Amino acid sequence: MYETNYHRATSVDDAAAKLGAAEDAKVLSGGQTLLPTMKQRLAAPSDVIDVTHIADMKGITESGGGIRIGAATTHAEVAGSEIVKRMLPGLAALAGHIGDPHVRHMGTIGGSLANNDPAADYPSAALALGATIHTNARQISAEDFFTGMFETALDESEIVTAVEFPKASACAYAKYPNPASRYAMAGVFVARTDGGVRVAVTGAGQNGVFRHAGLEDALAQSFSADAVAGVTTDPDQLLADIHGSAEYRANLVTVMAKRAVAACA
Amino acid sequence: MANVTMTVNGKSVSKPAEGRTLLVEFLRDGAGLTGTHVGCDTSQCGACVVHVDGKAVKSCTMLAAQADGAQVTTIEGLASGGELHPMQAAFREHHGLQCGFCTPGMIMAAVDMVNRLGAPLDEAAIRAELEGNICRCTGYHNIVKAIAAASETMAGMKTAAE
Repeated sequence: MYETNYHRATSVDDAAAKLGAAEDAKVLSGGQTLLPTMKQRLAAPSDVIDVTHIADMKGITESGGGIRIGAATTHAEVAGSEIVKRMLPGLAALAGHIGDPHVRHMGTIGGSLANNDPAADYPSAALALGATIHTNARQISAEDFFTGMFETALDESEIVTAVEFPKASACAYAKYPNPASRYAMAGVFVARTDGGVRVAVTGAGQNGVFRHAGLEDALAQSFSADAVAGVTTDPDQLLADIHGSAEYRANLVTVMAKRAVAACA
Repeated sequence: MANVTMTVNGKSVSKPAEGRTLLVEFLRDGAGLTGTHVGCDTSQCGACVVHVDGKAVKSCTMLAAQADGAQVTTIEGLASGGELHPMQAAFREHHGLQCGFCTPGMIMAAVDMVNRLGAPLDEAAIRAELEGNICRCTGYHNIVKAIAAASETMAGMKTAAE
C-alpha cells in the first residue's frame, strides 16, 4: 500500500471539509473493499477520511413507516437489528450473508452502496425496495443513484450519510455465491411494495445492478415461484468471465428469483 | 508519523505509525505480538483475526489508526495465569490443528462466535460462522468439534459465575 494520511472525522461537516481539503481523498467507511484495493495498489488515495466514528451516521431507526439506517452502520448491526428483522426480514438476511462474520463487523451499508460493486449485495435491496440515499448535499432515489459498474451519482466531495428504506409487505434475497470469492454470481432481491412487485438483480449485469421487468411482470400476474420459472434474461446484457458464461448467469437469475419468491411466503 | 495508542490485552501500547500501517503490522512489529498471523494478506483466510472492542475483525484489513483508542485482544491475551482459555484447551484436546498456522485466527473467531451466539453451538452454525477462516490441514472436522466442546465449557463457566 502506498502511504496515505488517515483522518478521523467527528461530524458530517468535518468529513466534508477534510474531503474537500485533501488532494485526492477517499471516504473510509469500514474499508473492507477500499483497504484490499489499496493493498493491491489499485487505489492510492492521498488521504482517507474515516467516517465510522460519526454518531449521526450510525444506527437504525423507524422513520415514516420505513427504516432509516445510518451509512456507517455495519452489516452485522443491520443483520442483528430487531427493527430490520421485523420490518424487512429480507434485508436483514441479506446483510447476514455479506462476506464473513469478521467483514460484517467492519463493512458498512454506506460504503457498500457508494462503491457499487457489480457483485455487491446491498445495491439489489436498495433498488428493489426503492430506497432513498441521503448524502450531505441531497437525497437521491436508488433508481438514480446506481449509474453503472462501480459508478454512482455521487459527486466527488459527496458523502452518503444514511439510507431510507420504505416498508414492504414481503421481501427476500437469494444469491448464488461464487464458490471461491463468495461474491454473488447472481443475486435477486424480490420486494412486494405499495408500488407493486419490484425485482432487482446484482452480480450478473454488465452495468451493475438492474431492475428486471420480465420478472416483475410475471410476479405482478401471479406471485409464485412457478410464475417466474419460464422468465428468461437476455444474456447479451450479462457478465461473462472464467466463473460463468452470460447464459449460465441468465439461468441463475431465474433460479435465484424462484428461491427469493419462495422465501417471501 | 502520528502516534497510535491502543490497549492491547489490557496494556496500553503507544507507537508511531504511518497512515498505511495495518493493525496486524502494528501488533506484530510494533507491539511484538507475533501470535497474530498474516496468511493471505487479501482479507480471505482469517489467520489475522483479533478482537477490536469485543468484535472479531481481520487485522490485515484494518489500519492501525482505525483502532486508535480501541481495546484489542489477541491470541496472547486469552490465557490467564498460565491457564489456557477453554477454547485453546479444546483445540488441544480435540486436535483442532495440524500445522497451527491458522489456529490463532480460528480461536479468536471461535471465541467471538460463542460470545455472540451462546452455547451450545451446533455443527451447522459453527461451519457457517467459520466462513471467514481457512484451514488447509485439518479438513475442519476437529476444529468444529473443538469449538462445540469449548462452547459448552464456556457456557458452564458463565453459569457458574452467575
